[in-house]
Amino acid sequence: MKIFSTDHKVIAKQYLSVGLFWAITGGLTAYMIRWQLAYPETEVPGWGFIAPDFYNMLVTMHGTIMVFFVAMPILLAAFGNFLIPLMIGAQDMAFPRLNMLSFWVFALASLVLLSSFFVPGGAASAGWTGYPPLSAKAAYTGVNWGLNLWLLALALEFASFLMGGVNFLTTAINLRAPGMTFFRLPLVVWMQLTAAVIFMLSVGPLIAGAVMLLMDRVVGTTFFLPEGGGQPLLWQHLFWFFGHPEVYVILLPGLGLVLEILPVFSRKPIFGYRAIIYSTIVAGMLSFVVWAHHQFLSGMDPRLAMPFSITTILISVPFALIVFAMIATLWRGSISFSAPMLFALGTLAVFILGGLTGIFNGSAPVDIYLHDTYFIVAHFHYTLFSAVFFAGFAGLYFWFPKMFGRMMNETLGKIHFLLTFIFFNAVFLPMHVVGLRGMMRRIADPTQYAFLQPIQPLNVFITVAAILLLLSQFLFVINFFWSLLAGKRAERNPWQSNTLEWTTLSPPPHDNFERVPVVYRSPYEYSSPESPEDWLPQDRQLSPHTAARS
Amino acid sequence: MPRSEDMAITGMPVGKVGVWWFLASEIPVFGGLIASYVVLRLGSGGWSDASSHLNFSLALANTFVLLTSSLTMVLAFAAVEEKKPRRLQANLLLTLLLGLTFLMIKGFEYAGEIGHGFTPGAGIFWSFYYGMTGLHALHVLGGIIVNLVLLVAALRDTLRPNEHRVELAGLYWHFVDIVWIFLFPLLYLT
Amino acid sequence: MNWFPENVSTFGGEIDSLFYLILYITGAWFVLTEGLIVFFLIRYRRRQGSKAAYLPGESLRQASWILVPCVAVLILDLWLDFRGADVWAKIKRQVPPSDLVIQITGKQFNWEIVYPGPDGKFGTEDDLQIDNELHVPVGKVVHVVLKSKDVIHSFFLPHLRLKQDAVPGREIQAWFEATKPGQFEMPCAELCGFGHSGMNGQLIVQPQEEYEKWVQEHWPKK
Repeated sequence: MKIFSTDHKVIAKQYLSVGLFWAITGGLTAYMIRWQLAYPETEVPGWGFIAPDFYNMLVTMHGTIMVFFVAMPILLAAFGNFLIPLMIGAQDMAFPRLNMLSFWVFALASLVLLSSFFVPGGAASAGWTGYPPLSAKAAYTGVNWGLNLWLLALALEFASFLMGGVNFLTTAINLRAPGMTFFRLPLVVWMQLTAAVIFMLSVGPLIAGAVMLLMDRVVGTTFFLPEGGGQPLLWQHLFWFFGHPEVYVILLPGLGLVLEILPVFSRKPIFGYRAIIYSTIVAGMLSFVVWAHHQFLSGMDPRLAMPFSITTILISVPFALIVFAMIATLWRGSISFSAPMLFALGTLAVFILGGLTGIFNGSAPVDIYLHDTYFIVAHFHYTLFSAVFFAGFAGLYFWFPKMFGRMMNETLGKIHFLLTFIFFNAVFLPMHVVGLRGMMRRIADPTQYAFLQPIQPLNVFITVAAILLLLSQFLFVINFFWSLLAGKRAERNPWQSNTLEWTTLSPPPHDNFERVPVVYRSPYEYSSPESPEDWLPQDRQLSPHTAARS
Repeated sequence: MPRSEDMAITGMPVGKVGVWWFLASEIPVFGGLIASYVVLRLGSGGWSDASSHLNFSLALANTFVLLTSSLTMVLAFAAVEEKKPRRLQANLLLTLLLGLTFLMIKGFEYAGEIGHGFTPGAGIFWSFYYGMTGLHALHVLGGIIVNLVLLVAALRDTLRPNEHRVELAGLYWHFVDIVWIFLFPLLYLT
Repeated sequence: MNWFPENVSTFGGEIDSLFYLILYITGAWFVLTEGLIVFFLIRYRRRQGSKAAYLPGESLRQASWILVPCVAVLILDLWLDFRGADVWAKIKRQVPPSDLVIQITGKQFNWEIVYPGPDGKFGTEDDLQIDNELHVPVGKVVHVVLKSKDVIHSFFLPHLRLKQDAVPGREIQAWFEATKPGQFEMPCAELCGFGHSGMNGQLIVQPQEEYEKWVQEHWPKK
């Protein structure tokens, strides 16, 4: 396999590899954080004592790594790169060399972030949100080059994904096979496109902000420093104007994977294809006007709280529709519980809880109490973990045969699901209670506070569950590598799925298809009256004789 | 294999669609900076004391330089369509030189301001001045590099079959020009 | 279900009630959706001879199964927001009058609390700074002016359901009224550096007599 390849399938796997590396690193930070919270003032097994500023670095890098170096490369870049050309019937992306460049810029960003751990002063420690003035003056954190490199790594990552976004959008608009109209595109593609548009239009202000913060740190400007006439709150607006749409950028591709898998294993069309698309577009647009719900208590004008509360509550409606559509897809289906299906169902179940806790946070007066507590942490882990990990695993188990030409072990996959589901809930469900008690975010030692005494046993329980959750992931790692080397060889279409990628070889040849596919119908014709089988591929031409039979 | 001049359903070549998406993502970058500047400035006073120290005539000259360079860029693309390779080379060269002139004048301005003690840390106006014009200057530099690559290819006659790239580079160059058209009044005329 | 620390704030009860209202509504949606999922997974699992129904949900009749619940979501959401608007205004927008003002300045990693003294004015000789100790009388409205000398801190009184960021370069008002005497913690709730964990103070709410004694001790009448 060429390392400097312009083949979208190779590039997808490169993004996947780097993303999985960072997932393991992010998991390690989580282990250390949880140990410290359960047993402060003790040595973390395998590491040693954790000083308070090191702890701040851990929580900062955990967030940064998971959002920007796990979720984005795996959900957007890996799945998007692999699936978009195949699903639309194209040979590759519109700009294969730009695609290659975007991966290597991302790889460079990864190296820059990795290097930040090893510079004097350590890596960034001002939170993944990097609020100034804490982040604007080295003296406030004791971190100098670590934060500068953090900003540089983010800027490079943004550049990489902007290039990717251009590619995805241009490809999906222009390289569709004959007959592949927009409303015959699989939902995976619609979700990727919406995510790409949201990302491209929202990241600009944060790039501006990152330039400004870097200048404050290195050149002596005072954008965010009040002693020079600057405004700390300006960063918050620039950050969250991007930061909020960003969570939907991460969420939508995961939802897309689930929307693809549910019909296959229910043998039913997705319920409400067009309603889902319109909802997604509405959610995308609304995502640009909710950002200040992260800033209710920031000191911004209190009159702004109500408008942002309203937009925030409104955005729950399109996502509610998508959830209802997923449930309706199961209704009167013929459901089989393969490993991908279990993870897809897990995504749905977990995401519902995450979405519902969002209602609490979006209510400004309730947020007075909940802001900066572990209730918020529980909320976003339910939404993000479902969208990234449950959906990501669903996608990996489902498309592994197509990507690597081999089948993964089903039994191991089912056990992996069961353990992940149980331990995930064991970690994050009690975390709501911890937050309601009032435990603040980003504190290294809850035992320093008398009012938190009652929930310290919960912190210990959560830590034990978290360690078990992390250990359970070895089942996936073992399954992944063993199947790569010795899994049963996969046929073209092991799942009897309708979309175009399943018509070609597993794995596909360099140019993807032996002949340019021609598309005749939507991707979700399962149990269609037009076919005697319970599936009907997009590219199958029905003879008049078969079409007449119903 | 797809090629960037393949026709898109939008009626535009695929490469052009790509460049427009790229420009669409650049607009919020400068938009974010400019919006921050406007909001902060409207919220407090005293900024015009600082901005009065800017060199208006140099900036005005620079505006003409950049506008002219956009003209030469358009002429370069016209030369492509009229298949006049020497005119293409001449106009690309002119654009390049005008771009370099812009940067030189900007550098001269910076030197003067810093010499008078108006460093980036001299106050919030100066933070924005150096931030916005600095980021803009970096984009001008990027455009100069792209145009240099095209010029070298034109001189070596290796531009075919990719002459449409002159138009794409032109789109980017005009964008950089338009950003300056916003920065100039916001910084120098207030 | 006693998840919250004890509430000793006049407006705390309203925040708690709003929380429980949201809990009942979201709880109902949770039971409905997750319950349906579990029911469908059991009822429609693949068995010998089972066939899926072809229901694309594209016609309005079919789609209304998901559209109507969305309308219900919207209505409930908006209702919650309007209830919340009143509570928010009461706490963050309408400040009840009081002569008791205390300045609280966050500085890595302490709350520098300045009392104006009997003259009620700051910047005068009778100002008194006591770090990390906030003395207030019970049953009286207290105004606090939040400032910061370095980075963003967040003033958090869990038992009073009050939280407000303290931003350098700004003076931000907040208020509360304690309903019973006691000692309550006052942690910082915004990452402010290596000492964020442990940045804490004590709110000491005293019955009127004890409070006046405390005032006397610190500002003896000449």
